[in-house]
Amino acid sequence: MSNEIIAELRKDYIYNLMIKGEREDGRTFNQYREITIDTNVIDKAEGSARVKIGDTHVVVGVKIQPGTPFPDTPDQGVIITNLELIPLASPVFEAGPPREDAIELARVTDRGVRESGALDLSKLCITPGEKVWMVFIDVHVLDDGGNIMDASALGAIAALMTAKLPASRFGLGDDSVVPLRDVPVSVTAVEIGGSIMLDPSMDEESIAGTKLTVTSNQAGELSAMQKSGVHPLTTEQINYIVDIAIEKAKEIREKFLVI
Amino acid sequence: MSKPEKLIADGIRLDGRKPDELRPIKIKVGVLNRADGSCYFEFGGNKVIAAVYGPREVHPRHMQKSTSAVVRYRYNMASFSVEERKRPGPDRRSIEVSKVSREALEPVIFQEYFPRSAIDIFVEILQADAGTRTAGINAASIALADAGIPMKSLVSACAVGKVDDTLVLDLNKDEDNYGQADMPIAMTPDGNITLLQMDGHLSRDEFREGLEMAKKGCTAIYEMQKSALMEKYSSQIEGDNSE
Repeated sequence: MSNEIIAELRKDYIYNLMIKGEREDGRTFNQYREITIDTNVIDKAEGSARVKIGDTHVVVGVKIQPGTPFPDTPDQGVIITNLELIPLASPVFEAGPPREDAIELARVTDRGVRESGALDLSKLCITPGEKVWMVFIDVHVLDDGGNIMDASALGAIAALMTAKLPASRFGLGDDSVVPLRDVPVSVTAVEIGGSIMLDPSMDEESIAGTKLTVTSNQAGELSAMQKSGVHPLTTEQINYIVDIAIEKAKEIREKFLVI
Repeated sequence: MSKPEKLIADGIRLDGRKPDELRPIKIKVGVLNRADGSCYFEFGGNKVIAAVYGPREVHPRHMQKSTSAVVRYRYNMASFSVEERKRPGPDRRSIEVSKVSREALEPVIFQEYFPRSAIDIFVEILQADAGTRTAGINAASIALADAGIPMKSLVSACAVGKVDDTLVLDLNKDEDNYGQADMPIAMTPDGNITLLQMDGHLSRDEFREGLEMAKKGCTAIYEMQKSALMEKYSSQIEGDNSE
C-alpha cells in the first residue's frame, strides 16, 4: 500500500515538472540519458554487448550454431530472440515463465532486427533444406531503470555487429563475420499528460499513459513500430514521434554503431 | 503457394480489390447463449467469434483492483484455423496479440464503474486469413456493447500494408506473406489511435499516407459495427411492441 501512495506522489511530482517543461533528472523532453555500449564482453558468446542507458543495464549475448531451417524457408537462416525480466533486475519482476511484457519486449526487439533486413538470412544458409545458421539473440536485463526496450534493441544490433559465424568449430570452413546489411535503431517515446518524452526513466515509464517504439533503418525509413499501453494517441502525436525518432536514431547510430 | 509474380496489376489486386478497398465483412451480434455478450465477425477469409463475460468476480483474487475493473483479453487460434496445424494453447505471438488487443479496447471501457470485478473478453480465431487481430478487436468491441458494458465508443480496427511498392488496405494472406509492410491500426470514431504496430519497410511519407488510409478503413468498419448493433437492438424493441 505504501508503494501505491509513493507512486501517487511521484506521479504528481513528475506531472507538475512536465507542465513546466522539465524532467526529474534535468533532461529536455527529447534528450536521452547517457548511453554506453561495450562490445565483446562475453568471450564464450559469438557476439555480445553491454548497454547502459542511464541506470538501465542490459547484456546481450549472441550464440550461433548450425540447425535445421523452417520448412517454409529452407534456404534462410533463423533468428530467435529471447528476453527475460529476471527478478535480479527489479523488485517487481518475478521468476517463472516470461509474461506478456517480456514477450512483447522480445518480439519488438526481434522485429527490429528482422524487418530492417539487418541480417542477410540467405547468407546464413549452409545446405538448403538441411542446415542453416541459427542466430540466438538473448537479452539479459540486469537493472531496470526504465526504457529496457531501447537498451535491448541497441544491445541486439551492437552484439550482432561484433558476432562471428563459428564455422571452424563445426568443421564448416573458416570463421567469418555475420552478414549485416543494416543497422536498425529503436527509439521509444512516452506520452504523459499530452506531452511526449523520449527515453523514459523508470518513474516516467510507470506513470506514462502509453509508449511508442519506432525502429528505423540507415535510410531513415521505418522498419517496425509498436504502441504499448492503454492511452490512445492522436495522429499528430504519432507523426511527431515518428519524426523525432528517426532523427534520434540517426544520432545514436552515428555515435555508437559505426560499421 | 510460392510468391506470385505480381500482387497488384493495373491497380487491381489478386482478389479483385482496389488498393483502398476492404474485404467483405459479415457481422452477427449475440450468437452465443451463455456469454453476456458475443459477436461473430467475418473479415474476408477470417472467421472470428468473440465472447464477453462480466463484470464478474475476479479469480484469482489477487488480480482484482480496488478502484476499477480488470480487463482480460484472450486471443486464441483454433488448431485448424491455419494451413499447418497450430499447436493448441497460447504461444508467444498470441500472448503479445492479447496484450495489444486488450490495450486497444481498455481506453473506451468505463473500468472505474466496476471496482474489484473482471471483464473477460475471449476471442477465438476459427479461420485465419491475415488480419486476425483486427478482426478480433472489431468483434470484441461489438461483444462488449452487446454485453451492456458501459463504453465511451466502439473501437474499429484494420490493417494497411505495402505490396509491389503500393499502399493497400486490409491485406489478405498472400499480400501479408509476400508484401513489404504490414501495419495494423485500431481507432475510436473520433480518431484516437488505440493500437499501432508495424513491421516491414515504409518511408516516412508512406507511413503518413498509410495511416490516413487505415483511418478511412476503420471509419467504414465503424459504420458496419454500428448498424449490426442497431439491427439487433432496434428489431428487439419492435418485437416487444408487437407482443
